[in-house]
Amino acid sequence: MASNKKYWKSVEELKEDSAIVKALQDNEFVTEIPTDEFLGDKKTLESSSTTRRDFLKYVGFTTAAATLAACEGPVVKSIPYVVQPDEIVPGVANYYASTMADGFDFANVLVKTREGRPIKIERNDLAVNGGGSANARVHASILSLYDKNRLVGPMLDGAAVTWPEFDTAVAQKMNDMAGKDIVLLTQTFASPSTSKLISEFTAKYPNVRHVVYDSVSCSGALDAFQNKYGTRALPDYDFSKAEVIVSVGADFLGDWQGGSYSKGYAQGRIPKNGKMSRHIQFEANLTLTGGKADKRVPATPTQQVQILKALTGGSASGLPANIADAVDKAKAQLQKAGSKALLVTNLPDVASQTLALNFNANSEAIDVNKPLLIRQASNSEVMNVVNGVVSGTVKGLITVGVDPAYSLPNTKEFNEAYQKLEMSLAFAMRLDATASMAKMVAATPHYLESWGDAQIKKGTYSLTQPTIRPLFNTRQFQDCLLQWTGNSQKYYDYLKETWTTSILSGGSWSQALHDGFIASNAEVKMEEVNPTMEGAGVMEEATSNGALSFSMQEGGYDLTLYTSTGLGDGQQANNPWLQEFPDPITRASWDNYLTVSAADAEALDLVNEHVSNGALNGSYVNVKSGNIVIENVPVIIQPGQAKGSVGLALGYGKTAAIQEEMQTGVNAFPLYQNFSNIQKVSIEKASGMHEFACVQLQSTMAGRSEDIIKETTLEIFNTKDKSLWNSIPVTDYDHSPISVRDKKADIWSPFEDTVGHHFNLSIDLNACTGCGACVIACHAENNVPVVGKEEVRKFRDMHWLRIDRYYSAGDTFKEEIETLENLPAFDTYKVVEVPAYENPQVAFQPVMCQHCNHAPCETVCPVAATSHGRQGQNQMAYNRCVGTRYCANNCPYKVRRFNWFLYAENDEFDYNMNNDLGRMVLNPDVNVRSRGVMEKCSLCIQMTQKTILDAKREGRPVKDGEFQTACSNACETGALVFGDVNDKESEVLKLKDNDRMYHLLENVGTKPNVFYQAIIKNTSEA
Amino acid sequence: MKKVNFIHLRSKFALLLLVFLLTFSTTLYSQDAPAADVTADAGGDVAAGESLFKANCAACHKLDQKAVGPALRGVGEKFDRDWLYKWIHNSQALIAAGDAQAVKLFEENNKAVMTAFPALSEADIDNILAYTDQPKAAPVAAAGGEATTSTAGEGGGSVSNTLVIGALALIFLLLVIMLFLVTNTLKRIAAANGVVYEEKEKRTPLWKAFVQNQFLVVVFSIFLLLAAGYFAYGYMMQIGVDQGYAPVQPIHYSHRIHAGDNQIDCNFCHSSARKSKHSGIPSLNVCMNCHKNISEVAPETATEEYSKEFYDGEIAKLYKAVGWDPENQEYTGKTEPVKWVRIHNLPDFAYFNHSQHVTVAGIACQTCHGEIQEMEVVEQFAPLTMGWCINCHRETNVNLATNDYYAKIHEELSKKYGIEKVTIAEMGGLECGKCHY
Repeated sequence: MASNKKYWKSVEELKEDSAIVKALQDNEFVTEIPTDEFLGDKKTLESSSTTRRDFLKYVGFTTAAATLAACEGPVVKSIPYVVQPDEIVPGVANYYASTMADGFDFANVLVKTREGRPIKIERNDLAVNGGGSANARVHASILSLYDKNRLVGPMLDGAAVTWPEFDTAVAQKMNDMAGKDIVLLTQTFASPSTSKLISEFTAKYPNVRHVVYDSVSCSGALDAFQNKYGTRALPDYDFSKAEVIVSVGADFLGDWQGGSYSKGYAQGRIPKNGKMSRHIQFEANLTLTGGKADKRVPATPTQQVQILKALTGGSASGLPANIADAVDKAKAQLQKAGSKALLVTNLPDVASQTLALNFNANSEAIDVNKPLLIRQASNSEVMNVVNGVVSGTVKGLITVGVDPAYSLPNTKEFNEAYQKLEMSLAFAMRLDATASMAKMVAATPHYLESWGDAQIKKGTYSLTQPTIRPLFNTRQFQDCLLQWTGNSQKYYDYLKETWTTSILSGGSWSQALHDGFIASNAEVKMEEVNPTMEGAGVMEEATSNGALSFSMQEGGYDLTLYTSTGLGDGQQANNPWLQEFPDPITRASWDNYLTVSAADAEALDLVNEHVSNGALNGSYVNVKSGNIVIENVPVIIQPGQAKGSVGLALGYGKTAAIQEEMQTGVNAFPLYQNFSNIQKVSIEKASGMHEFACVQLQSTMAGRSEDIIKETTLEIFNTKDKSLWNSIPVTDYDHSPISVRDKKADIWSPFEDTVGHHFNLSIDLNACTGCGACVIACHAENNVPVVGKEEVRKFRDMHWLRIDRYYSAGDTFKEEIETLENLPAFDTYKVVEVPAYENPQVAFQPVMCQHCNHAPCETVCPVAATSHGRQGQNQMAYNRCVGTRYCANNCPYKVRRFNWFLYAENDEFDYNMNNDLGRMVLNPDVNVRSRGVMEKCSLCIQMTQKTILDAKREGRPVKDGEFQTACSNACETGALVFGDVNDKESEVLKLKDNDRMYHLLENVGTKPNVFYQAIIKNTSEA
Repeated sequence: MKKVNFIHLRSKFALLLLVFLLTFSTTLYSQDAPAADVTADAGGDVAAGESLFKANCAACHKLDQKAVGPALRGVGEKFDRDWLYKWIHNSQALIAAGDAQAVKLFEENNKAVMTAFPALSEADIDNILAYTDQPKAAPVAAAGGEATTSTAGEGGGSVSNTLVIGALALIFLLLVIMLFLVTNTLKRIAAANGVVYEEKEKRTPLWKAFVQNQFLVVVFSIFLLLAAGYFAYGYMMQIGVDQGYAPVQPIHYSHRIHAGDNQIDCNFCHSSARKSKHSGIPSLNVCMNCHKNISEVAPETATEEYSKEFYDGEIAKLYKAVGWDPENQEYTGKTEPVKWVRIHNLPDFAYFNHSQHVTVAGIACQTCHGEIQEMEVVEQFAPLTMGWCINCHRETNVNLATNDYYAKIHEELSKKYGIEKVTIAEMGGLECGKCHY
């Protein structure tokens, strides 16, 4: 049943005669090794006077010389501390609880430090229900600490100064500016102490007013919530409590309203007692959320307005029949679910948000009493400031953690006006677009070097603590404010005082700092952020049912601006891990692009084509909105993109203080008019082809298509036997079929793996949302190098863990099967799959080394560099590897990665491993691999070994849950579960015995130690 | 197999050494130093006083140097004996009573409270004072003097040695010249007398004969190749093996004195060996736990090779590095981290964890590091090659019985295979991934 379904990664695979796909399936590397290239041109070689004998002499001599020179060992120095801090034991990691709050990402985290330097971010499990989630960007933020392009000290008029000089200049300026309008434009801090401090500052300088600016606005939702509940906040949702989830454009597994809800969502998506939630998604761009939905209906934003209206009781007009039908069914299901229904939307206007809020008023899944405080900005107020700057009524601007010169829609006129301001002071971590124009620049530290607090969600408080001394001559914003308000306290003391007086209510400060988080109902008077205050714009009113307050004129394309999983709002654009992180949907890295539907692409004559080595090229377009033109935007033809709509990611195209390699993509903020993520644009084709670094055709499993993804419906899962929907592949033995799990089907003798530990990893495809936190955590833990765009394009990316994204046909699974059964065999794919391109089913599948018990790679290694461990791990000895690449060729899963170059200390690969600062992030327990060596996932053997050693040292057995890998540790949804199957009580053993369990390509007979849980979709329409 | 190419050299050297020792054997014996006599002093037993002083006072006082408390040499003459009894029995009471001398002394010494010793009898105190009132040690000077003379003596030996060899060489040269002159004269005489030499018949030179004998050539070539192979292999195998590597350290730290003479446990300073992969080089504050009070070595610590002055100089280096001012007994804050030269260098791709071996397996440090307590200068004892690691893993049994971690494994093993003993190798200790990741 499941095997009838064809999964594909790229539309290229649907073309039956595609030479590229064929080549990719047949060969490990699609192109021949370019020997001609490095041998130089033949003519010179032939005319050369060097004979073969001479050549051998030179080689012999140099080898001998090099060998002799290498005989002398280097003198290595060891420098101990003069006074060793009590808590540091060299070689043992310390963990500190902290909180990331950069205005876009808010998360409670654990920081792993070694010998006083932070090397990894992990989730803080003590912060239960604390709001915020540790997504890929939060995990990668560790590398942004060691960014060599950071600001190293304060500057006045472009010249470096000392902090006392800077303080004097600021005090002087503030005095000169007395009575003139100064705006303090900050990110959302959600910080009680900072809020208090800012009010003290504005009390001392009454001409300063504080305005919050979120570069990606949630103003509509905030206004709607404030209108209804009186607090400027965002409602918190618990998706695990919702039985029917309908989303109108809301990518709630992505960055929708500031936080990912994947954890709660995943809980509701794992079938328990025959039940799981039903998820219907109406959206224009194909998002992570849409990919996970049971039913996804492509709908342009214009249609989404009507859909929302219809769902909330209004009457819709102009909807195509299929959408109208889907809406009716969704509406019925919502009604049936009653208080267990949830409706969310990402339409930016207050009216739409109010509709959803009203609809959810009685839902169990919404929490309005303890809302999220991670977005505060009001569009009208920010607009007011911007207009003030442009018109000259605002005389001074202090920016903190925001970069309006980059992220405002009208940067051109703003920047001109900004340079004429009497006072321009920027607090910045890098000399970004705003700071590079500011007369005064205060260098701020990274959050891992700072003190701070945050109230991510009402009723919870989190602490930020420094985990390393400031790397540069920086001072945090709060310390500056204390200095400038004449307060002699350090911010640490101020923070502690605020906490002891108003938050801890008698609790222990040390405990709070240790946990990084407390749940407390203490009310701290936060500074009033009220958009209706004097001088601000008028707050948008919630108008009548479904009337979108922005007008959508006819014609053109509906553009939905979104933030990508990798870069978000672009604050970490200089982070090579995030740049190289392939987008979970398009699988493209190092770029943003316009996603266009296949039909529109055809109409506009836009193409995506794979060149001979499999790399993707795409046409360029110019995107026009009013008089704004963004030129040369590359196009990706996106299956599932709603016809008539296009999508473009914000956060790219940064250039100020960004390393050249990472100045990628185009800046989409000029299109972000009125801070609305929905825009009308026109598109025209431009000349030339863009070269993408897109890995979607890479690592095909050698043309095999069975047993990759297994999928069924809840109905079948509940009623039918497992062998029907999750059958074990069979093979031939003595001319009769036997199961591949049968011993006789095996030519290998089994390993003794019942004594001691035996590690298995379970991957639940229902719970995996493709968020990519595991990919980045793997980078940090295992010193995975960054190879750059050119190399990724050649399919030489080094990710040990990739998240494959598969498309498959059919609006619904059932529909597909029925069609398939009724069609002549020859026509199936052309008839079913190609139209499915308009709205494919999506499956995410994390693939790492499967640690086969009968590993094909091990048998072909001529030097036994890869061998099998008794604990189930397939081990790779780098120092033994001679780089024949036989193993990669023989691996059915294509998970082995070859070091084509030396990626550390090599100017050709100028990423974090090429500078002293960036190398501080390296994990000292794991090797940095050299050129010519094969590498792959080790199942984090350094972590399992450490767990075992800790247990041995303490003389106790290992408890279940203690064994972790970087990926299972990072996984928030619980999709990845790691453990010891010889422990009869372990969770992973229960998962191994689960009905949904299957092995990837089980028919190959590799007996992997990684297994998957089949996808179950809830297709019930009633 | 190690350094076979030096075998020749070594044997020659040994021969020379033998000759040399035979020639100068008397000087070796002449260095037996007479033990310094300790003179007894009137009014108390100096020996008893010394042991009392070391037991009770030495933590804070030194004889000739200010430590936590002032230097004590001659203290019995400075103060009234009865007052001293009171002071030692309970100095705080004396200060509280307002004794002017006591208060003055208290203030002078940064108000450091001296422990009360009510248990010391007056006789004990007399003994201690007898010890402290001894005149500044002659024995120290004597020991120093002896050290210098001994080095001078050794220096003299080597000078005469060269002299003798020089003289011999000169005589030999003269003899050769004379022989040459004599032959010349004889030839001239013979020529003058008309004597004609009989020319010897030319024989085939030995080498030609050898070359003509093909069998010999083949055998010799084979032998030569084998020998070359043998030596080449031996040489290659010791590349990168730094057994015996004993670099000069920035501070001459003697494990012999600390771990040997004073029997300080290795883990006292290398504490992280118990819980970390690194044994850890102790930070300087660990040194100062003891060396705050030990600013000089005892005279008997000195050896022929290293004098007391030398060791005291090394302690001074420590003070400089840690920023300790011994005069004023305070830290200056000016530190200079010590750049030790690392002796045991494992390559990056090999993971080794000290705590696994020290805490879990309970292996003595000496197993891999040699008799460290006897090393004046630490050298690499083990070859640290993979073969060496693996060999131990093959031969060593895992201690299954006493560690609860192994309880389940132990039970299963004995149930399934009836095995009571397993080596590390059998537990998977030879797998590549256990050390290489």
